[in-house]
Amino acid sequence: MADDERVTGADAADTADTEDAENAADTDAIDGELATNEGERFDRLPATSAERTVAGRVSRKEVLEYYDERFGIPPETFADYTFWEKGAGKIWVYAGEAPSPTAVESLGMLCLRTRQEHWKPTTDFVQRFGQHATECVIDLDPDAAARFVAGEDQELDWDGDWGYLIAAHEMAGEREPLGIGLYVYDELRSLIPKGRRRDL
Amino acid sequence: MEPFERYRPIIDDFEAFLAACERSLGSAVRVNTIKATPERAMATLDVESVGYEQADWDPRVLRLETDSPGSTWASFHGFTHGQEEVSVIPPLVLDPEPGERVWDACAAPGSKATQLAALIDDRGTVVANDNNLGRLSALRFNAERLGATSLAVTNDDARNYSLQPFDFDEFDRALVDVPCSCEGTIRKNPDALDEWSMGHVRSIAGIQTGILRRAVQATRTGGTVVYSTCTFAPEENEAVVDRVLAREDCEVVPFDLALEHDPGLTEWDEETYDPSLAEAARIYPHQNDTGGFFVAKLEVTG
Ligand SMILES: C[S@@+](CC[C@H](N)C(=O)[O-])C[C@H]1O[C@@H](n2cnc3c(N)ncnc32)[C@H](O)[C@@H]1O
Repeated sequence: MADDERVTGADAADTADTEDAENAADTDAIDGELATNEGERFDRLPATSAERTVAGRVSRKEVLEYYDERFGIPPETFADYTFWEKGAGKIWVYAGEAPSPTAVESLGMLCLRTRQEHWKPTTDFVQRFGQHATECVIDLDPDAAARFVAGEDQELDWDGDWGYLIAAHEMAGEREPLGIGLYVYDELRSLIPKGRRRDL
Repeated sequence: MEPFERYRPIIDDFEAFLAACERSLGSAVRVNTIKATPERAMATLDVESVGYEQADWDPRVLRLETDSPGSTWASFHGFTHGQEEVSVIPPLVLDPEPGERVWDACAAPGSKATQLAALIDDRGTVVANDNNLGRLSALRFNAERLGATSLAVTNDDARNYSLQPFDFDEFDRALVDVPCSCEGTIRKNPDALDEWSMGHVRSIAGIQTGILRRAVQATRTGGTVVYSTCTFAPEENEAVVDRVLAREDCEVVPFDLALEHDPGLTEWDEETYDPSLAEAARIYPHQNDTGGFFVAKLEVTG
């Protein structure tokens, strides 16, 4: 389902859905003074970690820095958006109005998973904002793009950083992001969620 | 087609209507302008050799020459969304503007809610509500695939909806695309009439009235409410609007519609409705080779 990006291989343990329930009860020792995260409501991210009131919650600044440093997405891209957490480490990007906290089913789109060693953007986020990225974008030829979208892992050359990459291809004369992949050991793993995979 | 016999007196060229209902419907998609212009969506379909025809009444509606509009690059990228041509109409009639607060009272699976988000340039707040949690997960899937970031999703009965999760207490506009007897979807679901009964029509009309009343109450004075169904039954269309006109502060207002259509009824089955219901639109399958639909536009007056 939409926020249930099931993945394969080594990454699966990072993102299994059961993890949310466990983390929700988890209080980081260092953050012992802070409240624990509540999973059934949306809380707006604090502007900076100095303003943080909930254990382990990332700040807006950290999210913008992550997208900027990893993918070269300029922070201004998100000037009109707010970021929210629901469930431990599930970050949502939202353009509308809402008070914090608020109890709704969703606000905008799930964009990032934090509270795991390597933060992981979602495929839907990458398709929506990935055209602003200048780094960690792997351009796939038509055949590789089709395999990626079908959910296949493939051996590919890449001389940049390992880890999560935006996979893209050229479509009708423009670079178009496909989704999120994990590059390790000369292999690009497709992390396109099952419900989004297609044979094209 | 038995339940349709009662419409013989109100439909011009009734035989053409019946014949159209027998024909299956092609695949239409709406271009999702959050992610692509119609030109870019069409260029993508060209690259993958999927034929299409652009609707003459709206450049964002494409009739595809494929039976699986969900298995294209255009769909994978979220440039297009499978949506029946007539289903595109209600959000256009509601005509929301960027920055506004819009309520979609019965939103799942989200075709019109995501269209509303696109119409406000994904800037503002579209509250997409549905009382069916299972259908909401389809809505969320569609919203994320289409990149709609202005959508807030809630799971409540629209008849006694509370704006408590938000810090505003009324909407600028509301779309009321209610559950209905679905007669107008016969070309897509040939068994749409299997469960048809007058009792069902009457009981669902009660729910529709409750939802429309709440939408009028939750919309600011001067705001707009659009009521729509995919059915022909006057008991679910003009009769519902007529009842709400009598009980809430609102009036029916005219709107432009480029597709061929009939005016709303002002009398049916020995009942008469407010004359303003002639400003509503009835769309029959034989008129534009589409599904069937009913749309009324209301302005909130108090
Ligand atoms: C015609 S469908 C809506 C289609 C949707 N607007 C779209 O364009 O994708 C009607 C919806 O109303 C929902 N519904 C039925 N009764 C309801 C109620 N009392 N409150 C809120 N939603 C309701 C159903 O679950 C169903 O999803």
